[in-house]
Amino acid sequence: MLYGTRLRGLSIATAVTMTAAFALAFFYAPMDADQGFMQKIFYVHVPLGIVALCGFVFGGVMAIQHLRTGDARYDLRSYVAIHLSLVLGAGVLITGSIWAKASWGHWWVWDEPTLVSFLIVFLLYATYQPMRFSIEDREKQARYASVFAVTAGAFVPLNFLAVRLAQAYTHPRVFATADGGLPAKMQLPFYLSLLGMALMYVTLWRYEMTSKHTSSQLRALRRKLAGDDAVAPVGRTAAPTLPTS
Amino acid sequence: MSTPAAETPRAAGAPTPAGDGPDAPPRYVPLGTAVRALLRKELGLELRAPQAVPAMALFSITTLVVFHFALQRGQVDGDLASGVLWVTLLFAAMLGISRLFVADHEEGGLDGFLLAPTDRTAMLVAKALALFAFLAAVEIVAVPAFALMLLGPSPPLSAYGQLAALLALADAGIALVGTMVGAMAVQTRTRDLIVPLMALPLLMPVVIGSAKGTAPLVATAGPHSVEVRWLLVLGLYDLVFGLLAYALFDYLIED
Repeated sequence: MLYGTRLRGLSIATAVTMTAAFALAFFYAPMDADQGFMQKIFYVHVPLGIVALCGFVFGGVMAIQHLRTGDARYDLRSYVAIHLSLVLGAGVLITGSIWAKASWGHWWVWDEPTLVSFLIVFLLYATYQPMRFSIEDREKQARYASVFAVTAGAFVPLNFLAVRLAQAYTHPRVFATADGGLPAKMQLPFYLSLLGMALMYVTLWRYEMTSKHTSSQLRALRRKLAGDDAVAPVGRTAAPTLPTS
Repeated sequence: MSTPAAETPRAAGAPTPAGDGPDAPPRYVPLGTAVRALLRKELGLELRAPQAVPAMALFSITTLVVFHFALQRGQVDGDLASGVLWVTLLFAAMLGISRLFVADHEEGGLDGFLLAPTDRTAMLVAKALALFAFLAAVEIVAVPAFALMLLGPSPPLSAYGQLAALLALADAGIALVGTMVGAMAVQTRTRDLIVPLMALPLLMPVVIGSAKGTAPLVATAGPHSVEVRWLLVLGLYDLVFGLLAYALFDYLIED
């Protein structure tokens, strides 16, 4: 399957949507009465977080497919999805921290259940790559990684529930969450930004899939042309390698 | 360890064998029989050559001493006491989890089990029950030690009954997650690194539920009763991870 076919269109759509969303966020959306200009980070932070979590769940769904079919391509899809979500997740934690410093005066606030839940999920997924790396057998690596991805995917909602319960009664929520009480003029930039982030995720996912496919095809071609000895074997890696056909 | 029931594999429910000749299809071993046999093996091993439980118990008492010096307190109560207890128990559990599959992996026990004509869920159930038993044994030592060494004014006896309920629910969750993580980690090169890194975030809801639930039990003054919702959180966690482990465990010992 070719992943590179619609990359240009997707890239342009992503760039246009993101530019439009940020333009609207800065010039159309009203200033927040309490937080002022700093509230603009909301249009980056929250969509990024939602997309990252959806990416983790998508990785889990692909992992289920991998366990059911045993097809190595699903493992690659799951790996790329989780890998990208981890990168976005780091962005979520950094933007969240900046926002917390600006509006609450501290770099990290334990009272905010969404942020804390996200940190736990991030820490859990951070073990995905080390675990893959420490299993040498390719087939076993893929299977175990899929089991992990499914477990962690199911853990995400459970964790959010538990963390929210732990704080719901002891600390009153100071700020409304993104889904509740958003004025109409903030909704349009927010949803557009969400769409832009989702498009960016899909685009990046496709780029990485294309890259992985191309390099595995390149290896196969080299091996065919120059013989098996000319191509160095793949070393130990956390990334799945496709069977070269 | 005398369980006469386990000696009779042809107990009620076993399908009648087609024949006992060498060409006969392998007789399917019912789940209960397999679980009993595996559990007997696990507990027998631990009783004959105690390894995991003494190490875990010793570790938990050492951790309590560490807490005494690190916190620089002779007595703790309330939130702090609850936290100290659960950190101690959780870290002790990590030791048990990383040892859980090692003997089977190194001595070929898993291969032997895979050759047996039985459901692989039997291994999950037996290992989880064994880990649960180990945790319970450790807690029988660690909780009184904690009460004697660090806990402030002694709570009423009824508090210990409720603590036992919390411990049972939390242990079930730790046992289920621990069995999965242990089975996963034993195949990696860096087993002892992977276990805590993976199990601790996964067990975070258990920590939240049990620490929040325990805090009023060990407070100096208070109702000394567990809020029901923490029991529900732990119960829900056990249910979800029970189902997940049931669905996924087969893939972890497929070789």
